Amino acid sequence: MLYPHISCSSLSLPLSFLERAAVGDARMLATTAFRLVGKRALSTSICLRGAHGVAKVEDYSLPAYFDRRESPLPEIKFVQQLSAEQKSLKEKEKGSWAALSKEEKIELYRISFKESFAEMNQGSGEWKSVVAGIFFFVGLTGLVVLWQRKFVYGDVPNTFDPEYKQKEIQRMLDMRINPVQGFSAKWDYENNAWKK
Amino acid sequence: MSLAKPAMRGLLAKRLRFHLPIAFALSLCAAAAFKFAVSDPRKKAYADFYTQYDSTKEFNAMREAGIFESARPSGE
Repeated sequence: MLYPHISCSSLSLPLSFLERAAVGDARMLATTAFRLVGKRALSTSICLRGAHGVAKVEDYSLPAYFDRRESPLPEIKFVQQLSAEQKSLKEKEKGSWAALSKEEKIELYRISFKESFAEMNQGSGEWKSVVAGIFFFVGLTGLVVLWQRKFVYGDVPNTFDPEYKQKEIQRMLDMRINPVQGFSAKWDYENNAWKK
Repeated sequence: MSLAKPAMRGLLAKRLRFHLPIAFALSLCAAAAFKFAVSDPRKKAYADFYTQYDSTKEFNAMREAGIFESARPSGE
């Protein structure tokens, strides 16, 4: 059986490795992972698998660039397609770094990284919107609760009537509820009145 | 463009040396404040209450108020 040959029209360096050869099977998915150190395959790269047709490599399956404090070195450089000046700068980088000017060093940094740590860590004003949203929805909920209290709930039980409440308090005093520091401690039993 | 090398070791020890005494001091202050503001006054209040407490008198007062089921007021 002919061993299928995989060829890709991507910018692969001689360093490319981990090309898993697909054994002849009509249902080949694009699961072959291309780990390219430093460069990533162009999103438009197409892989020809033997005689079976093309399989497009999706963007999300390729290494991505992101600025994160906890992983300081992303898998790929930020700028993929270098302009002419950037290419010449990269050539210059291969020589002595002392010969690079400050602007060139910064330009090299910006080729590899999108935002510096200071830029990526800076705060935003988003919290103001969040707090405003919190207040708004709490207020709205308050209105809803007020409406509920008026139109949904029925009457309270008779135990809330003032006469009933008075009898309750009298009974609590008779029972000497919390006589040391609490309820009955505040009642003057001699004069039948609350202590001044 | 030569910055000083930042501290690489002993970061936790340095932080603890600073924060632990403060933590201990604050905890002790909190405990002392609670003792003097809450526990001691409460103990004194209870002690004072029970030195002047006549349980028989209180029982009779409660009985006359009619709260007991098994000891009805003397009138009934």
